[in-house]
Amino acid sequence: MSAVAVDGVWKYYGDFPALRDIRLEAPPGSCLALIGRNGAGKTTLLRIIAGFSRPGKGQVRILGGSPRETATRRNVGFIGHGIAVYDELSALENLTLYAKLYGLENPRQAALEWLEHTGLERVKDGLVREFSRGMRQRLAVARAFLHNPSVLLLDEPFTALDDRAIAVLQRLLREGLGHGKTIVMSTHQLREALELASHVALLNRGQVAFHGPCTPEMVADPGLVYARYGEG
Amino acid sequence: MGFARQVFVIAAKDLRAEIRTKEAINASAAFALVILLLFSFAFDLDPDTNREIASGLLWLVFAFAGTLLLNRSFVRELPNDCLDALVAAPIPSSALFLGKSLANYVLLLAIEFLSLIVFGIFYNVRWTSQFAQLMLVLALGTWALTIMGTIFSALTVNIRLREVMLPILIYPFLVPALMSAIQLTLDLMAGKPIGPEKVAWLQMLLGFDVIYTAVTVFLVENVLVG
Repeated sequence: MSAVAVDGVWKYYGDFPALRDIRLEAPPGSCLALIGRNGAGKTTLLRIIAGFSRPGKGQVRILGGSPRETATRRNVGFIGHGIAVYDELSALENLTLYAKLYGLENPRQAALEWLEHTGLERVKDGLVREFSRGMRQRLAVARAFLHNPSVLLLDEPFTALDDRAIAVLQRLLREGLGHGKTIVMSTHQLREALELASHVALLNRGQVAFHGPCTPEMVADPGLVYARYGEG
Repeated sequence: MGFARQVFVIAAKDLRAEIRTKEAINASAAFALVILLLFSFAFDLDPDTNREIASGLLWLVFAFAGTLLLNRSFVRELPNDCLDALVAAPIPSSALFLGKSLANYVLLLAIEFLSLIVFGIFYNVRWTSQFAQLMLVLALGTWALTIMGTIFSALTVNIRLREVMLPILIYPFLVPALMSAIQLTLDLMAGKPIGPEKVAWLQMLLGFDVIYTAVTVFLVENVLVG
């Protein structure tokens, strides 16, 4: 069984098909890099996989269940374009809130542990609105990993991260893959993504132009997939 | 975590955020007080007339001030894309919705109490004579405002003109609830209890609350997941 399976997904905005018959699979423990130009449909696809949006046709299965099932959502972590934490709450309050929503046994303890993992324990009681951009991004990473999800959906995870946040995220993603987590990430940063990816999918105008294993050739020359299968 | 606890966690989060920023409650309270003061200065009415207009004036102030407050309910989730994280969390959409509604309900009741105190002073109307029944009507009418305002706040959250759209959308739906609340409050402000001739209005208000709570709870998943 695939950890993430996208089967014949279409998505229309009005009459415009943003996604056309998308078929993808990510085996358990794999890292699927979704690449493509701006407007190719990467974010739309990730939002459908995450259950934020419904496909016009087709279906998505995560660990065999629908993305909107409570049991599925408990096993999914998502990092989108926003940091998804509240500016008017402290770092500890934010993480404790999400720990409670995910039903963790000891929410405060889990929050404190993740603040330590991401180097934010000294500012745990500070309001997020007073944080630097890098600190906010690390808090967003902590939020996504807090409930130990089996599947991670990451939309442009490296974009706008500072060096420290990139290092934290890369370390956590490597550790996650080592523990059998499945990662699906959309990205423009091919080098960082392909270093982690076991599989690659190239989206082109809402269609899958290539889907296959990530080869050493691709890692050595990140532009190769675009050159072979893209629009040039 | 049980459903009630999920509702409480969301409500506590919204209340804590609002108490820290005071964005919605300040705007809503200021609006309610300004309208009440302006009316009291604009019309120099005798106490009997004051009692007669009290009910309509108060519920219109509650409805308008409430829209300002309720509009913020889901807008609060827009910065940093927090709504995505809430929708992704393993709680039913109905728990998210009812949690937000509960927080709005508490805030709106606070505004209404403040308005009643100001109203009592400036209009010289003793509104406490049927206190328990007035609280019942206030509780039911405020829930009607809250439940409709919260669902339409979710519906309009991604619309650019949401501040305009929310009142346009909710007031037509609220007519039966507002009419009931106004009719019931009319006698209470005059110091009379709710009589048998007004029971139908009470039933309508109660029915509105039950029906629209059920409908909104049923629909909210479709509203949040497009």
